[in-house]
Amino acid sequence: MNGNARRRRLTPARIGIYAFLLTAALFFLLPLYIMLVTSFKTMDEIRLGNIFALPVSVTLEPWTTAWSQACTGVNCNGIRGGFWNSVLIAIPSTVLPILLGALNGYALSFWKPRGANVLFAILMMGAFIPVQVMMYPLVRILATLGLFSSLPGIVTVHIIFSMPVMTLLFRNYYLSIPQELFKAARIDGGGFWRIFAQLMLPMSTPMIIVAAIMQVTGVWNDYILGLVFAGRDNLPMTVQLNNVINTTTGERLYNVNMAATILTSMVPLAIYFFSGRWFVRGIAAGAVKG
Amino acid sequence: MCRWKKYKRTLLQPSRIETALRTVMTLKPKQLFRQLVSWAALLPLASTVLVAYLGTVLWSLNISFTNSRTFPSDQYVGWAQYQRLFDNDRWLLSLQNLALYGVLFIAACMVLGFLLAVFIDQKVMAEGALRTVFLYPYAMSFVATGLVWQWLLNPGNGIQQAVRQMGYPDFTFDWIIDQDMVIYTIVIATVWQASGLVMALLLAGLRGIDEEIWKAARIDGIPTWRVYVSIVLPMLGPTIATVFVLLFTAVVKVFDSVVSMTQGGPGTASEVPAKFIMDHLFGRANIALASAGSMVLLLTVLALVAPFLYARSRARRREEQA
Repeated sequence: MNGNARRRRLTPARIGIYAFLLTAALFFLLPLYIMLVTSFKTMDEIRLGNIFALPVSVTLEPWTTAWSQACTGVNCNGIRGGFWNSVLIAIPSTVLPILLGALNGYALSFWKPRGANVLFAILMMGAFIPVQVMMYPLVRILATLGLFSSLPGIVTVHIIFSMPVMTLLFRNYYLSIPQELFKAARIDGGGFWRIFAQLMLPMSTPMIIVAAIMQVTGVWNDYILGLVFAGRDNLPMTVQLNNVINTTTGERLYNVNMAATILTSMVPLAIYFFSGRWFVRGIAAGAVKG
Repeated sequence: MCRWKKYKRTLLQPSRIETALRTVMTLKPKQLFRQLVSWAALLPLASTVLVAYLGTVLWSLNISFTNSRTFPSDQYVGWAQYQRLFDNDRWLLSLQNLALYGVLFIAACMVLGFLLAVFIDQKVMAEGALRTVFLYPYAMSFVATGLVWQWLLNPGNGIQQAVRQMGYPDFTFDWIIDQDMVIYTIVIATVWQASGLVMALLLAGLRGIDEEIWKAARIDGIPTWRVYVSIVLPMLGPTIATVFVLLFTAVVKVFDSVVSMTQGGPGTASEVPAKFIMDHLFGRANIALASAGSMVLLLTVLALVAPFLYARSRARRREEQA
């Protein structure tokens, strides 16, 4: 900001700036560091040692235990089941909301059917309704449809809760596209679906990437919806992680717990580290809703 | 009312209906089909709005006036559930916790996020790395956040023990098992998770501020901190409002982090409304009381968010007119 005129000498003020930023960085990195070192320690070392210390003898056992042997309640198959459940939930819960969001945005910004704006306004208000208000009625509705406690059920719920953001993202994106382009396509005889599939969708690749990053991260990190709607056979990784750590009786295996926590956070963290600016763009675009 | 009647009368004039019908008839079938197609495409949106959003809210509202237990009943009891709710110590405690948590969480996130954004904006070295470090917790789930901090704050093996081993045997940091302090540990954990988001949004806002303002301020000899407080902060107003609403909705939702970090304990010391409602919906089979609680939560959100949305839509309309 301050232009190039400002010289970058190490004045006391700049030392202060760096001191603050480094302290903050330490605060933010501390939990990650603790998670990592704890996950490589043996339980004996944890019991006697210092939480900040590096492991004396590095062991990978906590990781294999967390992945395939840790107990969630009665069965001890690790959290790998949760991992695959989360994958199975996240794929349709990303693809379908994006397609629907793009379709909604396209219809709202180019075709503008009468009354659609009222629906859109209510949808935007809906983004603020606490989940708890909708929880029980949704359980009943899904139970009536035979979808409660099933994979299609939890996917439906993710579609419902992501619709405001997804619709808003694509609506705003399409509003920035010149109407002339759409009119030209109409004159060339393009119909509703053809313009959508052959013109608008391919043009929205950047928005699709942003939406996919947001949606995968959001669905992967969801806890409450998975807990209520997924059913015992489809419990996502976050729910299983919490079960491993908070419902296990007997001695707490902190190294296994931390390995399991890292494993659960791996997918969103990988997305974050590799997508970089796209992730931030998604936050900025999604924040518009707020 | 009067206008509506007039509207109806003119709308239902036989001649009008005839013209309307004629227009529809003269539309080529293809055109008519296209009109219908755009509506059909919005069917998922329409059904989500009508059933999943409006329908469920009305359903919960309705249930909150009945004496339903495990299943919805149609015996209406007026405001009895709301009375029972506000006689319930656990609910009152959860509201109190939510207020305390909300104020501290929002204030801490705002201050920390703003400071981080301002300091990062001073042309520092390794800006990209610092930004990555400050924002990565936001990619982690609240569950993972809660579990990590539970481990860090655990007095037996965590920070307290480590500091004691370093030669301070009297050091005490056991907030997580202290009924009076436990809510602050949830503030610490969630601020760690969310303040990077505030930083990212405010930094984007700072970068959007015109360089000319800085030049002008420098020529006038205004100290930098003064420019930030008197010029930059007011200019960031809309961004700050957005951040506030984001944080506020996160406050009302707070559930995952409490469940994973303290399970509402010790005792009920870290109880929050979202957890109270979930417990009464699924654990204690008292859906009417839970629905009353969820309505209180909804009203709180609307009371704070509606003015914001209204102000923004007005500002936008004014912009469009200008």
